[in-house]
Amino acid sequence: MARKPLQFTLNGSDKAVFVEDGRNLLDTLRRGVGDLSPKYGCGQGTCGCCTVLIDGAPHLSCLVLAETVEGRSVETAAGLAGAALHPLQQAFMDNFAAQCGFCTPGMLMAAKALLDRVPSPSREQVVEAIGGNICRCTGYEPIIDAILDAAGRSAGRRSA
Amino acid sequence: MALHRGRGVATINYPIGMNLGGDPSQALVHSNPDGKFMVALSSIDLGQGMKSVTRQIAAETLGVPVQDVYVDTADSDTGPHCMGSFASRGTHRVGNAVIAAAKEARAVMLEAAAEELEVNAADLETDGQGNIHVRGAPQRSITTGEACAAAQFKQGRTVSGRGIFLIPLSDVDPETGEMTPVSCYAHAAMIVDVEVDDETGEVRVLQMNSAYEVGRALNPRLVEQQLRGGAWMGMSHALYETTEPYYPDRGHGPVDFNGYLMPGPGDIAPHNIAILERPAPDGPYGGKGPGEMCANPVLPAVANAVFDAVGVRVDELPITPEKVLRGIRAQGGARPQRAG
Amino acid sequence: MTVEFRKDLFADERDDNLNEIGKPTQRQDALGHVTGRSPFFDDHLFDGLLHLRCVRSPHHHARIRSIDTSRAERMPGVVRIVRGQDVPVNLNTLLSLLDFGRDDEPLLSVEKVAYKGEPVAAVIAETERQARDAVAAVRVDYEVLPHVLDVEEALAPGAPVVNRAYPNNSFDYHDKYDHQKLRFGDVEAAFAQADEVVEGRYQMSPIEQAPTETNGAIAAPETNDRFVCYTSTQALFFSLGTAAKLLNVASNRLHFIGGTVGGGFGGKVDSLNEPMAILGCMLTGRPVRYVFDREEEMQVGAPRGAERWYLKDGVMRDGRLVARKLTGYFDSGAYTRLSSYAIVKCTGHIPGPYTIPNVHSDVFCVFTNRTPATAMRGFGVTGVDFAIECHMDKVARAIGMDPVEFRILNAYRDGDMKAHRREAKNCALIECAQVAAEKAGWPIREAFRQMSSLRDGGGERARIPHTVTDEHGRIGERRAGGTATPARPAAPRYAAMPPAPVAATPPAPPPSVSPPVAPPPVASAPVPPPAASPPAASPPAASPPAARPQPAPPAVSPPSAEPYQPSQPFQRGVHRPGAGRFSSISGTRRR
Repeated sequence: MARKPLQFTLNGSDKAVFVEDGRNLLDTLRRGVGDLSPKYGCGQGTCGCCTVLIDGAPHLSCLVLAETVEGRSVETAAGLAGAALHPLQQAFMDNFAAQCGFCTPGMLMAAKALLDRVPSPSREQVVEAIGGNICRCTGYEPIIDAILDAAGRSAGRRSA
Repeated sequence: MALHRGRGVATINYPIGMNLGGDPSQALVHSNPDGKFMVALSSIDLGQGMKSVTRQIAAETLGVPVQDVYVDTADSDTGPHCMGSFASRGTHRVGNAVIAAAKEARAVMLEAAAEELEVNAADLETDGQGNIHVRGAPQRSITTGEACAAAQFKQGRTVSGRGIFLIPLSDVDPETGEMTPVSCYAHAAMIVDVEVDDETGEVRVLQMNSAYEVGRALNPRLVEQQLRGGAWMGMSHALYETTEPYYPDRGHGPVDFNGYLMPGPGDIAPHNIAILERPAPDGPYGGKGPGEMCANPVLPAVANAVFDAVGVRVDELPITPEKVLRGIRAQGGARPQRAG
Repeated sequence: MTVEFRKDLFADERDDNLNEIGKPTQRQDALGHVTGRSPFFDDHLFDGLLHLRCVRSPHHHARIRSIDTSRAERMPGVVRIVRGQDVPVNLNTLLSLLDFGRDDEPLLSVEKVAYKGEPVAAVIAETERQARDAVAAVRVDYEVLPHVLDVEEALAPGAPVVNRAYPNNSFDYHDKYDHQKLRFGDVEAAFAQADEVVEGRYQMSPIEQAPTETNGAIAAPETNDRFVCYTSTQALFFSLGTAAKLLNVASNRLHFIGGTVGGGFGGKVDSLNEPMAILGCMLTGRPVRYVFDREEEMQVGAPRGAERWYLKDGVMRDGRLVARKLTGYFDSGAYTRLSSYAIVKCTGHIPGPYTIPNVHSDVFCVFTNRTPATAMRGFGVTGVDFAIECHMDKVARAIGMDPVEFRILNAYRDGDMKAHRREAKNCALIECAQVAAEKAGWPIREAFRQMSSLRDGGGERARIPHTVTDEHGRIGERRAGGTATPARPAAPRYAAMPPAPVAATPPAPPPSVSPPVAPPPVASAPVPPPAASPPAASPPAASPPAARPQPAPPAVSPPSAEPYQPSQPFQRGVHRPGAGRFSSISGTRRR
């Protein structure tokens, strides 16, 4: 099967990998590049576990053709923390917003996409932003609380 | 052409562990010479917090801070046998096995400390902060790390322990059903408020008020995680989920989450939880397992609330708008059961 | 959205001054979860990883005449095709590890398939895409057999035999009965004395555990003639033991690694993926990954089994329940898996957390031609609790009593005798009901607010009453027509596959099957107690509850000239006859 080179930025680092025709971004990230943080939950675009950011916008990587990210910037949960945790990560921990943790990477990226655009979202905006991310464990309330909490902390820091 | 409110109640209990017993779990606890402990299990963390709860149980029993304990699971080469994580057995069976193993390890650690301090082990106590001291004379003290290093390099003791726990296997009588199912039960009561649209049949859960009795809330945040998530799953089961919408016909079975419905973040209802604790005599620090019973009372409470709202009994799950609507039409309109 | 801890209740039974217990300590795995580093089974990379996908039956019930893999074998990327003959021990039941039940389920079927989706062969290829393509090229010649999908029909004489290990379509209990009995007291005498008798029928459809992580395993050769298996199982040693048995390999040659699972809820105990992945690894010498995609997880992976319950309560006007009779049918699907155990667990749970002096139940594990069921959150209990708690509501209203007070009155107390003949202890139902009512602002009378689990139990309530037993429902009796069976509809609903219409133009509407209709409110008028009837151990032979429309038998209507109009929602769906869901995967053409 013919493979073509693909170059893109992943969490700020340059990546180069060969992909076959039709290979999706999720599989490329996981097995091609070795970033195991986005998860396979359905492969049908209905669960959100594979959510990554492409040029800042949330995408379902299981439905994205890998070749379409040529030259673009991809962000995953594995790249959220620097020297310290991202406020969202800290807020998820503090609010006990993860149980099995499988939906968490996708949930974080959907939340980040929101907070990068809307630093002080309403609860309704949070609900809509994660409306495409299924969680089977938490009942969603702690996740919503965590995202609002993270927004509040960032707002606190900005106004300080 | 109206929205009708109704409320329904359900009360349940739940058996803890595999029915009829005979479901053992083992645990191994050992320390390194720094006094840091590892708990080796083959139990499974599905998200319910198995690793976290057993860590706290081990730390409590050993008398050390929780940061000095890690739980490793699951590797069949290094972990001892465990039946698995199901039947709400984890906290109870695995927790008790961890206590047994931790007790043994603690006893050796105190013996080692006793030898260093030249006292009787029975006179020693731990402060839960990493120190072992003589009862009544706190200045005569040694750290857990020092005790474990002495055990390892000087005294030739293993600061480790083994534990197994099982409820004895019970028979069941073929004629009467007499049996010993389990040794303890958790309890729950749930009151659900719903609003039913008599034009579309849609049911919206407005609020849930519940009381759950869990033996001991070993970690209050983890218990809350289970109860919230479980009640959500109960609501989902009551109103949305089915793999065979025309059971027993197999047609139109969903094949993705577009067809398999579950309430999303915009569909959830506020849930006010009360937690009661009546320790199980044989539970780890009295703990029972909240993991399964959290969902069960929601299903009938919702069904009873729908009846209260519009007078329709939907005795088949899931309670879909279509079933509600057909019921309303069959009786010539909504029949709210309470005045006002 | 609040959480409160009612430490005041049962305080004298607890020591609340503990060091670590009771603290809201952060989860050990929280950091791993939020950084995406928690190692689920699929988060391990292997060189030369192969992908396994199964060829699955499109039919509910069929004999396998032949399987032709010749075309698939030649397709690009295909490394190995696995057949039933390749499985060293190709028959098992999960609970054989506990010595319970007969081996009834093959890993890969050879002679017949008993549910839609049952695997008959496996393809191992370099990529998942190649495996899927090769699966589609496998041709299986099936002889379609009559199937049965309704639990009560499955128990009737003449129903197709679903599971050859259990020719009566029900699990054999104690080598004696086709169900598990519970007998405590004399329900018929109590019904005769009761002020009101209330009956009900309850039905739960199958549902999916639907964890966000699907079932899966990756097996790879280890350095020392062993196999390592990364797995999503909920029961590490259960899966290891099952794999060791099916593959006839010493258990210490298997190294299972798991423990971090993306949700289980009971759906990850069946241990189907591990033996298959390890077998693939044994046959190819390379790492093999076998993971359910979401469609498989939903329709092939075992669901919570459907349950059907018939309840009959006898109650006095002062609110005391005096008798409860239950008949329950668990739909186990085509194979036993864990359902046999659920029936006994359920029996030990009946009649719920209430002290009722006369209790009678029969619970069946029934085989039908559908996806085998397995455990799900509340296994053995969720279904009967739905039935019991809906029924409690009906009974309370029948005597005009508040539903919360009714439950508190009948709740079990410390010292009471339970129907399975053990003393109730450590009870707390009353307190839960009181606290929930208080939170919800549901007023209950002072007397009920004062009741307690710790008082008024035992004594007379601790007695084991004289009990009427019977020997109805011996194995084989029902199928031979010797035991009263439920009335069957005139034409069996699901006995045969409807022939595929040949219409070339607009597709024919499907056989008209009405979706379940919500029954009208149950009449609250008391049902006259039966006169001198023998202790009935069999399912009710009487006509089904009144005014409940039965779905019509399947009839293939002529093709409609008009396009589909959604004026009658869900009575007709889009249906393309002749094309089953999996028929594109393995052809249904006959040679």
